[in-house]
Amino acid sequence: MKFELPKLPYEADALEPVISRKTIEFHYGKHHQAYINNLNNLIAGTEFENSKLEDIIIKSDGGIFNNAAQVWNHTFYFQSLSPNGGGKPQGELATAIEENFGSFEAFQNQFAQAAATQFGSGWAWLVKKENGKLEITKESNAGCPLTKGDIPLLTIDVWEHAYYLDYQNRRPDYISSFWKLINWDIVESRY
Amino acid sequence: MKFELPTIEYAYDALEPHIDARTMEIHHTKHHAAYTNNLNVAIEGTEFSSKSIEDILTNISKAPLAVRNNGGGFYNHNLFWRVISPNGSGFPKGKLATAIDKSFGSFNKFKEEFNIAATTRFGSGWAWLVKNKEGKLIVTSTSNQDNPLMDIAEIKGNPILGLDVWEHAYYLNYQNKRPDYINAFWNIVNWNEVELRYND
Repeated sequence: MKFELPKLPYEADALEPVISRKTIEFHYGKHHQAYINNLNNLIAGTEFENSKLEDIIIKSDGGIFNNAAQVWNHTFYFQSLSPNGGGKPQGELATAIEENFGSFEAFQNQFAQAAATQFGSGWAWLVKKENGKLEITKESNAGCPLTKGDIPLLTIDVWEHAYYLDYQNRRPDYISSFWKLINWDIVESRY
Repeated sequence: MKFELPTIEYAYDALEPHIDARTMEIHHTKHHAAYTNNLNVAIEGTEFSSKSIEDILTNISKAPLAVRNNGGGFYNHNLFWRVISPNGSGFPKGKLATAIDKSFGSFNKFKEEFNIAATTRFGSGWAWLVKNKEGKLIVTSTSNQDNPLMDIAEIKGNPILGLDVWEHAYYLNYQNKRPDYINAFWNIVNWNEVELRYND
């Protein structure tokens, strides 16, 4: 099976001014596409040729893992965002966040801290553990919570390519603006 | 000892079009300055505060992660600004040229190997030409701000040439096209400085 670049659920300029059209065009059109192309090339003729993406992530390592996990992570990231995003989570997810972190603000602080302190390239995550608890984690490079059996709920890409054209060295500004784009309906459905 | 952000001996726009002025300015006054400040904070009041950066890095396995990340960032950028120059390009000369031919077969073979190291370093990091304890030249790469001086490095030795492949080093000018940045780098390598480091 050949993997394909999934369609963006919004226009390239829809997330402005938080994320510019230029950033989306490179991030989605070049980086995400390159991970897909690399993955297709790497798995051709291997045991992974007909595997599901999630299975490849769990079973592979090296270049195949890096590209497979980056395909998955980027699809998940772009789907977490929306021009109509922002606000706060509702329903059961809101309750769970309060139970696990004390308050939505405490959760935001902890998530922002994880994103700011991921040294080098990587991702910060909100995950649901097997026992139902919520946890904030950070992963370097292509790291993906699926390999630990966690259910990913929300992520922020802190590779410099995700924000450098818009924020340069000011990663904390990107992180604080990011809250305006979160599609909490999607995050809740994952929960 | 407080570490200080070094000045760069050429103007921010001097490396254009290979590296643009805006990238140079942010890279030096923001990224390098932050590593320097954070290193000073991390070593304040510790045994590391009286040591040279080389001493700190060669014993980095005994240091906290903040010293490793920021000490590496401080040292690596110090080296980077010196091994590139507006009067760069050309070929290595003298003993270094002989050593490169001997270790890699030819200058072009060395470049190929270095380009591969720089291109395939996944995520953030550096590509290096290293002179090891036996005097042999080796191409390697390290992740994030690690470097070959560190006692935790897979390939250890003296870095004599380094290329920053963190996205902040090239994204404003080259975006996703890291290979174009790597090719441009060869136009600004200061081989005199690399040779001094080799002969050192």
